[in-house]
Amino acid sequence: MTELADAQAAPDPEALGRSLWGDAWLRLKANKAAMFSLFYLVAMTLVCVFGPFFSPHAYTTIYPDYVRTPPSLSPYPQQEMIQGALADVTRRMRVDMKEMKQEDGRVVFTVTSTKPFDDRNLRYIDRSDTFDDARVESKSPDGLETVISAATMQKYFLFGTDNVGRDLFTRTLVAGRISLSIGLLAGLVAVTIGVVYGATAGFAGGKTDEVMMRIVDVLYSLPFIFFVIMLVVFFGRNFVLMFLAVGAVLWLDMARIVRGQALSIRRQEYVQAAEAMGVSQAGILMRHVIPNLLGPVVIYMTLLVPQVILLESFLSFLGLGVQEPMTSWGVLISAGAANIGSANWMLLYPAFFLVSTLFALNFIGDGLRDALDPKDR
Amino acid sequence: MLLYLIRRLLTAIPTLFVIVTISFFLIRVAPGGPFNQERGLSPEIKANLEAQFGLNDPLWLQYWHYLKNLLHGNFGPSYNLPDFTVTELFREGLPISIQLGASALVLALLVGGTLGIIAALNQNRAADYAVIATATAGSTIPTFVIAPIIQLVFALSWKLLPVGGWGDGALLNKIGPVLTLALPQMAIVARLMRGSMIESLRSHHIRTARAMGLSDWSVVVKHALRGALLPIISYAGPAAAALLTGSIIVETIFAIPGVGRYFVQAALNRDYTLVMGTVVVIAIFTIIFNLIVDLLYAVVDPRVRYD
Amino acid sequence: MAETVLEVRNLRVTFRTLDGTVEAVKGIDLVVKAGETVAIVGESGSGKSQTMMAAMRLLASNGEATGAVEYRGRNLLELPKSELNKVRGAKISMIFQEPMTSLDPLYTIGNQLIEPIMRHRRLGAKDAKAEALRLLKLVHIPDPERRMGSYPHEMSGGQRQRVMIAMALANDPDVLIADEPTTALDVTIQAQILVLLAELQKKLGTAIVFITHDLGIVRRLADRVYVMRRGEVVESGPTEQIFTTPQHDYTRMLLSAEPTGRKAPPAPNAPIMLDGRNVEVTFRIGGGFLAGPPMLLRAVDRINVILKERQTIGIVGESGSGKSTLGRALLRLLPSEGRIRFEGRDISTATKDQMRPLRHEMQLVFQDPFGSLSPRMTVGQIITEGLRVHEPNLTRKERDQRAKEALREVGLDPVMRNRYPHEFSGGQRQRIAIARAMILKPKVVVLDEPTSALDRSVQKQIVELLRKLQADNDLSYLFISHDLAVVRAMADYIIVMKQGKIVEEGPTDEIFDDPREAYTQTLMAAALDATRFRAEV
Repeated sequence: MTELADAQAAPDPEALGRSLWGDAWLRLKANKAAMFSLFYLVAMTLVCVFGPFFSPHAYTTIYPDYVRTPPSLSPYPQQEMIQGALADVTRRMRVDMKEMKQEDGRVVFTVTSTKPFDDRNLRYIDRSDTFDDARVESKSPDGLETVISAATMQKYFLFGTDNVGRDLFTRTLVAGRISLSIGLLAGLVAVTIGVVYGATAGFAGGKTDEVMMRIVDVLYSLPFIFFVIMLVVFFGRNFVLMFLAVGAVLWLDMARIVRGQALSIRRQEYVQAAEAMGVSQAGILMRHVIPNLLGPVVIYMTLLVPQVILLESFLSFLGLGVQEPMTSWGVLISAGAANIGSANWMLLYPAFFLVSTLFALNFIGDGLRDALDPKDR
Repeated sequence: MLLYLIRRLLTAIPTLFVIVTISFFLIRVAPGGPFNQERGLSPEIKANLEAQFGLNDPLWLQYWHYLKNLLHGNFGPSYNLPDFTVTELFREGLPISIQLGASALVLALLVGGTLGIIAALNQNRAADYAVIATATAGSTIPTFVIAPIIQLVFALSWKLLPVGGWGDGALLNKIGPVLTLALPQMAIVARLMRGSMIESLRSHHIRTARAMGLSDWSVVVKHALRGALLPIISYAGPAAAALLTGSIIVETIFAIPGVGRYFVQAALNRDYTLVMGTVVVIAIFTIIFNLIVDLLYAVVDPRVRYD
Repeated sequence: MAETVLEVRNLRVTFRTLDGTVEAVKGIDLVVKAGETVAIVGESGSGKSQTMMAAMRLLASNGEATGAVEYRGRNLLELPKSELNKVRGAKISMIFQEPMTSLDPLYTIGNQLIEPIMRHRRLGAKDAKAEALRLLKLVHIPDPERRMGSYPHEMSGGQRQRVMIAMALANDPDVLIADEPTTALDVTIQAQILVLLAELQKKLGTAIVFITHDLGIVRRLADRVYVMRRGEVVESGPTEQIFTTPQHDYTRMLLSAEPTGRKAPPAPNAPIMLDGRNVEVTFRIGGGFLAGPPMLLRAVDRINVILKERQTIGIVGESGSGKSTLGRALLRLLPSEGRIRFEGRDISTATKDQMRPLRHEMQLVFQDPFGSLSPRMTVGQIITEGLRVHEPNLTRKERDQRAKEALREVGLDPVMRNRYPHEFSGGQRQRIAIARAMILKPKVVVLDEPTSALDRSVQKQIVELLRKLQADNDLSYLFISHDLAVVRAMADYIIVMKQGKIVEEGPTDEIFDDPREAYTQTLMAAALDATRFRAEV
């Protein structure tokens, strides 16, 4: 009822103010690099989340015929690969190839054997990654010479394949899912712990603050990587738990930032004014401290997510993170670095995905900082 | 000043103590031990080894022994590299890591600092944008991507550098690792320097210097740069500590026999003494460089007084 | 007729900002002749500072100046950098408003003084040092030999400004531009700096361009005046003429902007609202974990204050005198010793929770209208925040109604209540802050320098508003200020504070007309006695 009345009493829209958030949004929209990065990131997320559903390859499927196949826009198999694969198959069927020709997506070839051809041998053809739908077209009367035809399966490997013959395109996208979700998950954990801890210290002040910050100092002076490795050791290979733990390590910066902000906000005259009006601590926290903390927290969060992604990649690179067959950009880059002499695409594609995502996140973070804190220009 | 120095060194002792204690119990509480990783040791040998290293004593006694040894500068034997003591491992590896780290630090400070100053003096112009773009790239691309790309380009394609190895400290062998270590730091220094230089150039006393008709050189170098150095100094301290104690990524990819590799290996193998040794060395470096930062602060800024 | 040394012709200054290009100076003309003092007067945003910044080519990087600024026939705006630097600091020099930050904190005073001397006069280090020493003596720095080795942070604001003046005059310039050189200083120091400038001008014959908002200074120092408003010169002429027969409405408004009127004391039998006895506030500085015992600073030292209904007590003092601390202690916003009674009740030991119901009767208005309003709340939310505490039963609609009334009471359009503080001017913001206090119907209001951050013309409006609110609502004020003109118009009783103690107190007219203590006398002389100042020079 009151709301209805309010709506009627509402003044003309011109009298509505432009909040600092509104201002910040306008400034962010004017920042082309940040906006482009935002679109890029959204597109990257959509592609990584939904892309694998449309990919013809599962990220775990191994194609023994296509180990370290270079990336190509045209479909595989290529001419010489067909011959190679065919030679492979005939060897398994213990028959000799006499002649072959290709017509509209099928190979037709004639084989000779010392014993009459057993039709069950066709299964060797179907088992190969290259051929499908094999059938006997005709047989010579003695059964020693057989004409077989089989469809060649067309496969696209846009990013090539890895060193066991898995499609790198699908794997890169699936890895993206993992890397992005870990970044978000651990980032959230770190932000939550950091904000609660820092705000408590900053708001409590005095001795409590001193002790709490002393603890942070001690944790800071522990070698960071030691901490992470210990967590990996404790939590083993459970990657969700592990990255909750990683998030729990990264909260230190956040805690310091939030505490500093909380302290400075508490000294602001508008907080003193609220105290002079008798507003309770909870009211001051809700109406003054938290809304003014939000800016730095948002900025730091966007800068934290790439840090987490980087950390995950780093751990995976060391073999401590995500385990095969599950994959992440760090795992892929690690494999790429190991195969750099023979298959550089294994490094270059995942590295491009990782680096461009990190770039986008950084630009968004910088853009947000400029937008929320314009005096820094 | 001397008094301050002594007091700082004294307060470092409890810090170090806390770090040692936390790390000691952390690694000991972790499941597993140095001799039960897929090493195929028979139970008898394992029990023997554990008795030999005193691993069956109560934990507090082991802790006490460790502290006592540490006070005598004895880090103990390595469990997984049984022919070496931890001290020997560091004596061999640390000089290599320090060489690479120090070169990278100097390179990063000089090049990064210069780039930052150039950007600040040309704020919002082409040179500035170029530096920002380079710096963003440098600080965004992870070392484990930079390192293999350096290998790919300079070693495999152009054959200018060896792919890896220490080569007894040959110059060519150092270029790849040093570049990899330096690039991200360079980027961060450039950004920091740009920001603090812009702020410094905006300050009121710079306006005074210009109003007094001082030359650009004096305005920029004598007045603006000195003030802008403070954030760089406070960044360089911890960065130096981290760089000089080796990098696992660089040492793994370029096959460098430094001390950076030990940490991860040792932690995974529960090589307790080696882990602890690494923690102590890193902590000491960190403490020393933080102290150097504070002293440099006093040198650059007369408002900072320690007494 | 003296020759023209500096001539500004059709100067325009524009700034590129996020909201497009802003024109700060809109084509002004201005002449400075040798040896004269020219004042440029205007309120904030008039473009008076930017005019001279443009002349010295010191505009911020997003600023651009067109037109001509000629020094003896050479256009400074078009000189190459190297030529320009032969003029700046040598022929034309400048001192600034911020004495605390205008010197390089990393170099000694001597080093900074010597540098421009060596550069412009090509003197050796030894001669330059002797010259620097002479200059420090010239600006009356005590113990100049020792001061040569001091860093700026070891000196007071007044001394730093003296060093700035020494630096500016080091090369015997033709023109000295002084951009509000005394605004950031305490009144007694202000007077000393003005005396020094006048003395040096007489001795050296330098032309001075004095940028200021303070008409008192203009009247004392200037030969000619330019009045600026929104980037334009609205009026110019000899000082006497501007002050006696102003032509432009804006000039007339500026001249009448000094708050006037006197407040009558309350009835002798008026009830006592606030009674502080032996109030004492001590701050601990430093100390704590591993850092040794803290330093104790007694900010308020055994002070007695009795505030009656409808009374206004002015608390006067320079920065660091403890006047703001006293005001907060009396409202129990700071822990203090001594006894404080509010309407007869002893509140000196009341806890936060016990104080809460009393809070709406005792309110506080701050100096800085930018810092005291939460930037992320609408004006309506800001002024009704106290109602949530003290009248929690109000519905949203009722609160909104009260907000409208409060805004109307302080002379703002209630339609504005959905806007955010950053969309208002300083004066409007101070009205909002006052509305926030008034909506709770307080009995005692502590006003902590409520007009100091505002332009004179706005100050006058706020003073009038405060007086009207007092009369309408039977309020008692504690009016804390360093600005004696405003205090005189507001208060019927005055307490003069220095270093935490009361120096002198009494009815306003007595304190102003017949100050007994030497400190009060200097304070009064510095602030008000223009004629005596002229005679001195």
